[in-house]
This record gives sequence, structure tokens and C-alpha cells, in this order.
Amino acid sequence: MRNAFAQEITALAEADPRLVLLMGDIGNRLFDRFKVVASNRFFNCGVAEQNMIGMAAGLASCGFRPICYTITPFVTTRCLEQIRVDVCYHRMPVTIVGTGAGLSYASLGATHHSCEDLAMLRVLPEMTVLAPADSMEVRACLRLALRQGGPVYMRIGKKGEPVIHAEVPEIEVGKCIVMRPGERIALLSAGNMLPTALAVAESLGSSGFRPEVASFPTIKPLDTSYLSDVFRRCSIVATIEEHSVLGGFGGSIAEWRCDQTNPGARLVRFGTGDEFLHVAGEQEFARSHFGLTTGIIAQELLRHLEGERPALKPEPVSALAHFSEQG
Amino acid sequence: MINHDFRVDLGQLDRLSRKLRYNIIKMSHRAETAHLGGALSVVDILVAVYWGCLRIDPAKPQDQDRDRLILSKGHAVSALYATLAERGFFPCAELEHYNEERRHLPEQPSPGCIPGVEWATGSLGHGLPVGLGMALAAKISGKSYRVFVVMSDGECQEGSVWEAAMFAPQHLGGGLVVIVDYNRWQATGRSNQIMGLSPLAAKWTAFGWDSVEVDGHNLQALSEALAQACRSSKPFAIIAHTIKGRGVSFMEDDNNWHYRSPSADEVRAAASELGIS
Repeated sequence: MRNAFAQEITALAEADPRLVLLMGDIGNRLFDRFKVVASNRFFNCGVAEQNMIGMAAGLASCGFRPICYTITPFVTTRCLEQIRVDVCYHRMPVTIVGTGAGLSYASLGATHHSCEDLAMLRVLPEMTVLAPADSMEVRACLRLALRQGGPVYMRIGKKGEPVIHAEVPEIEVGKCIVMRPGERIALLSAGNMLPTALAVAESLGSSGFRPEVASFPTIKPLDTSYLSDVFRRCSIVATIEEHSVLGGFGGSIAEWRCDQTNPGARLVRFGTGDEFLHVAGEQEFARSHFGLTTGIIAQELLRHLEGERPALKPEPVSALAHFSEQG
Repeated sequence: MINHDFRVDLGQLDRLSRKLRYNIIKMSHRAETAHLGGALSVVDILVAVYWGCLRIDPAKPQDQDRDRLILSKGHAVSALYATLAERGFFPCAELEHYNEERRHLPEQPSPGCIPGVEWATGSLGHGLPVGLGMALAAKISGKSYRVFVVMSDGECQEGSVWEAAMFAPQHLGGGLVVIVDYNRWQATGRSNQIMGLSPLAAKWTAFGWDSVEVDGHNLQALSEALAQACRSSKPFAIIAHTIKGRGVSFMEDDNNWHYRSPSADEVRAAASELGIS
């Protein structure tokens, strides 16, 4: 995804003289081409992320469209107050791109994991939050981000992720992409978990189910019209994300569902837990630790599917009562 | 664009400073707001910059080529409001509605709350990175506007200040001026006793800036320092030695005025000391 980001941002910078790339001393040789095509609009801001975000806001106030790029925790939680005050409060058109989001850099330890960024940035007023699933969605999201007139946060993976889309999809803010229609169960995926969601759908297919799969490149604003529809049509809706189940993609859908008079389907959230990972291991190991593998997710969903009545119609409950029930 | 080029009458500036101080004291009294001491310490700095240096036109507050001033010590914004009103950005009558509900002069500034306020501050350590971004924008787009960032001494404890200080000389020539209102107090004590700021001018020099130290209540010295800063081919720091509560004997160097607001009697006493009839 990061190579797609570098290529796309270079192409966009060639076409738009307002675009300025600020990066935090990462991406060895990744931006060599950018430095050629827009040498006076490329800044290695060093290991100083608060300053990077503040400068981006200052540049944006003078008509530029800055993009801030470095490893996810350092461009999000490290400088959260600058994002909140200088970017969001001032409604500045700054795009913040976190690379290696979620568990992409699992082996580098929890200092480099980012399983809280969606929660912390989506709560900021004015902020749009994007989580592309593959290199094609990265390109689409970046184009979208630069068309926005305000703050955008986009989390991307590392390199070598499977490419799902055959071409750059047409997307718009607040709209999901239905990858395969289905019935009874829907798998909603955020970011780089889409290949896993599709594999889970295949696995459940062999048990006779026909799950729907949707990719959510936009975490905020949520595609609430799709959610209303899918929660009405299905009996189980599962969210899958490389992020804490607290406050992220699944968390935001839980909030939305809580406010519905008749919420419909049961929500099952798959994500990382309320803990740091303390032992060594690559991304696949970290995912398995948190139960984010095709096998574990499929097994858990089968348990839910087999346990339910075929035509489950939940009784209407008040939002508050449902929240208590969910605990 | 109006450029006074320091051809200003120092007597006139002194009268302006007294008037602004009186307005600020009245604002604090009427609105019962804190941070009066730090507002009084920064007045002469603002007068020297707004009447002696900034290339601005109050009729065009959004002019792309204007000089920018960020009051990074946002808690002293009553001084900025009083300055901007006197400088013609909005009617002085609006000062009577300082901190009133639904009006345009919050106790600490919000984005674009009133013409002339360049940035919403209040959380310390934000102004310099933002001002640096504005200066960088001037450089990229070939514009000649300058950016002034006024900070407090306590604010210099924020790491973000030194991140920006380290970045600026690598990427900028001139065009960025920091003025530290060095009143030697912060919220709960002497700034140098809480964290060692001294030697402050040498710190900026060590980071690759030019710097000078001046008496921050001497309008002639401030004007000369600003002229030197504007000629500099490097980012420039002016360490302005000031007195918290300056101008009123019973407020000077008394940190209780970080918190309390003056009574009607104290406003009258201040007016007398300031020579306001």
C-alpha cells in the first residue's frame, strides 16, 4: 500500500501545485520521484511530529494542501493535540497518513502497533477517517482526501498486501463498497482485513451460507444508509478490523446500532483486545493472538449461526435498554 | 499595505500603551477574567509590532500578502483584542463585550473569532510550528510576508517549541520572528525555578537563530530589535524582558494577577497611575 501511496501522491503533486508532502523521516527512497517532480514541496520533518502537524496547519492556512506521512502511532497519538487544535479546530485541509497501521509492524513491538488510532481520531470534530483495503483503495482514498475541504486521516498498511480490486474503484466519502452480495450474514471489513473477510465468506460458503462482504474505506462518516439496510436484511453483522474492538470501526457501528429504534441484526465485532502484545512475532502471529484469522472468525460465526433461529426477528428495544444488555 | 517602517512617534506609542493597558484592565474587571498580569506584560511588544512593523491593512484582514502575527500565549488575548480594536480591525465598542456569551471575543480566541486574530491559541507551544508553516508557505510561493510569533517564557518549556526551533534554520532564511515575553513568571511560580530556561537567548542562538535581548517595555529598543529581525537572513528571536502586571504598581511582578481580576476601585487606581483621566 505504501508504494501505491508514494506513486499516487507523486502523480497528484505533479498536477496540483498546492500539494506539499511532509514526512517524518521514513520511507527510504520511497519518495525519490516526488523529490524530483516537486523538490520545493517535499520536507523531511525529522523525528518531530508535533512540529510537522503544526506546520501542515500553517501551510494549509496559506492555501496549500499538506499531507503528513509517517508510522501510524507517531503521526496520530504522538501529536494528537496538534491534530485536534491546529488541524481540526481550524478546519484545515490537512491529510494525515499513517503507514503500517494496525498490526502491520507487529514485530517492532507495541510501540509501533496502532490499534487505537481510529478511536482517537474519529472522535475529533471535522475529521474524516479513511481506511483503504488495498493499493487500489489507497489511490482512490488519496484522491478523495485531497478533494475534501477539511481534515482527513487515512491509515494504510505496509507493502505486499493482496490487491483485491482489479482497478481503482470509484468511491465517495461515507459510502462502502459491497464486494459480494449475500444474505443472512454480512461481513463488514475495515482496511487491510478485507482479504480475510473474503476468505471467511468462502469458508462459510462451504458450510452452506452465503455471506455478504463489504469494504468500508470510510470509517467516518459511516455509511448509515447501507448499515440500516444490511442490519434489516441480515441476522448477524460482523465487523473485522486490525484495531481494538473498543472505539474503532466495530465500536462506531455499535454506537450507531445503539441509537436505532429497531436495530435488527446482532452485531459481532472482531478486532484486537484490550491489551498490549508483549511477545515477539510477525503480523500473522499477532493476528492469530487476537483471533483475527480466517479459521477463528469463521468458527466463531458458525457458532453464532448455528445457535440462532432461522428467521430471527429481534423484538424492538429502546436504545438504552439495548446498550445495557450488551454491557 | 501600510508600512510604518519605524517612523513612529515614541510619545504616541507610549500614550497608546497606556490606553491599551487601561482597556485591558477594564475588560478584566467587567468580564471577571484572569491572566491580567501576562496581558499587561505583552502590551508594549504588541504596540511596537502593530504600529511599527507589521505590513497589514485592517480593511483587508485576509490579504494573502499580509504579515501575520500569532499570539501563541493565548491566555493574554485581551491584550491582542485591545490592540486590534485600536489598530482598526473592529470597533473599540466590541471590547465592552469581551467574554460575553454569543459574542465574538472569547476569553481565549477561537479560529477567526474576530478580524485580525490569525490563530486560535490557548494551548501553549502551538504558535511557533503553525507560524513556521506560514513562513514556509511564503517561501514556497515566493511571497515576502513575514510571520511574528509572540510566546510566553513558560511556553518555552513545551517540546514542540524546540522541534520548530530546530527545523526553521534548515529550511528558512528570514521572515520568521519569535518574540518571547519574558516576564519570569508562569502560573504557579518563577519560570526559571520550575524549569531552567536560562540562558534563553543563547538557546535560540544554539539552535541556529539570530537573537537579541531587549527591555520589553522600551518601545525604542523594541522597535530597533524588530528592525534588526526584519533585516535578518535567519529566523530571529527577540527575548523581551518584561514585568508581569507592568504599568500598575500594585500589579507589577505580583503573580496573584495571573488569577484575579480588579475591583472597581482598583480600576480607578490603575487609571490614575496610567495617566488616564
